[in-house]
Amino acid sequence: MQDKLLKLLKQNARLTNAELAAMLGVLESEVGDAVDKLEKSGVIQGYTAIINEDKVDGDSVTAIIEVKVTPNEKYGYKNIAKIIAKFPEVESVHLMSGGYDLSVIVKCDSLKKVGRLVDEQISTINGVLSIATHFIIGHYKEMGVDFAPEEDERGLYTV
Amino acid sequence: MNYNDILSKKAQDIKPSGIRKFFDIAAGVPDIISLSVGEPDFKTPWAIRREAIRILEKGKTTYTGNSGLAPLRNAASEYFKRTIDTDYEPDTEVVVTVGGSEAIDIAIRALVNPGDEVIIPEPCFVSYSPIVELTGGIPRVAETRMKDSFKLNPDILKPLITPNTKALILNFPNNPTGAVMRRHELEAIAELLRGTDIIVISDEIYSELTYGVPHVSIAQLDGMRERTIVVNGFSKAFAMTGWRLGFVAAPEPIAEQILKIHQYAIMCSPTVSQYAAITALNDCIAEVREMAEEYDMRRRLVLKSLEEIGLDCFTPEGAFYVFPSIKQTGLTSQEFCTRLIKEKSVAVVPGDAFGECGEGYVRISYAYSIKHLTTAIKRIGEFLEEII
Repeated sequence: MQDKLLKLLKQNARLTNAELAAMLGVLESEVGDAVDKLEKSGVIQGYTAIINEDKVDGDSVTAIIEVKVTPNEKYGYKNIAKIIAKFPEVESVHLMSGGYDLSVIVKCDSLKKVGRLVDEQISTINGVLSIATHFIIGHYKEMGVDFAPEEDERGLYTV
Repeated sequence: MNYNDILSKKAQDIKPSGIRKFFDIAAGVPDIISLSVGEPDFKTPWAIRREAIRILEKGKTTYTGNSGLAPLRNAASEYFKRTIDTDYEPDTEVVVTVGGSEAIDIAIRALVNPGDEVIIPEPCFVSYSPIVELTGGIPRVAETRMKDSFKLNPDILKPLITPNTKALILNFPNNPTGAVMRRHELEAIAELLRGTDIIVISDEIYSELTYGVPHVSIAQLDGMRERTIVVNGFSKAFAMTGWRLGFVAAPEPIAEQILKIHQYAIMCSPTVSQYAAITALNDCIAEVREMAEEYDMRRRLVLKSLEEIGLDCFTPEGAFYVFPSIKQTGLTSQEFCTRLIKEKSVAVVPGDAFGECGEGYVRISYAYSIKHLTTAIKRIGEFLEEII
């Protein structure tokens, strides 16, 4: 049931426990217990809205920053990742295989602020070797949600 | 001109669809929420669409052979082997049709002589009786009942069998009830048919959509393959309604006649659809399973929601419909549906559209998003409170 529960919550975290229970064919209390367990064990870290930034008023800027680092001999990449994750503008930090080490997504109110974050904060962290910043200029799909879904073109009635 | 004198008597005698007038009623209602559609809300899986685009780019725009592309018939044959454990020779026993609809049409036409009787369990999909009538056959209705979980049983069937009985149509998983016949229940039907010349037309278009119970075809029971025509297709399982593609499998002497009618009526099924369908059968079973799982979750949610608003409902095990009784309201199916549209802007299909014995029921489709379903059922709940 856990896999299906997570899948449903990922699609829509606003389903009530009663609805989830009906859909999964279990008791409402079982759903409550399972969600509690997933939250406590840290599998579920939070619930959020999926926002299409293109439709939000304002000039916020999102950038993906590729960071190459020298791993610390004791902590590897973890320490630098932790430091980068502390900045409130940073939305995600992932350790990558391939041509660079850390993929950092930041969201700031302006281009200038992204620049300052990169120039004054991230680049000055001990161990950071190089940085490539890519600005996101359009949003098409986020967290599995297509922002231009295909319309329901079915008629009102068919038998 | 007096067209009534000119036009085919049989065509004119066919009853118009029971939902025709609801199009007009619904047309004037703004922001209508429909639960009335008999097709998936999913779009065709992307891999199938990509294949169709690729095939068009390659210029595959000619007719195919009458019975359909060989690789598709091969894949269909393997599909029958895998799903209903029945062998059909791809070259002589499988015909690719324009949807399940054409398969039903030509299967009936290949069998029925004027005066032949065809037993049709109702409530059921709407096309069987009109086609039987067009061939000069006589539809004999076998009423299935909620207390029997809308399944056909020997008690209902036996009295209807006469020396003139040519065929029995089985439509399980059933539209509109969602009933699924288990193996032992089919076995009881098969027992009555073995040793007769009655042919079964088994419309298994919803075969991939069963929930917690396996789909069983009557064709796979002992001695039944030789007296069964199996109809299936891509519309429901693969969300390919608009591609118009189905197939029919039958013993060679039957398939031969079916193919002849198909050849004159249709020539061949749409070529692009056929190529895309090969991809569907070979590569998209995982998507089919995923869609089925999604329907199942909705089914359970809808059943629980209907129970909460006090509608008495048989638990369907297949297709994507629920068929609740509205008898407690004192309204007829037509009245219920008309008022529900006018007062709550929700469209459901009156049960009598699927045969007279569907009176007292409505068909609700759950081929819709969870949000759509919960909003609509809430409104039905309000409607019930207001009228009871």
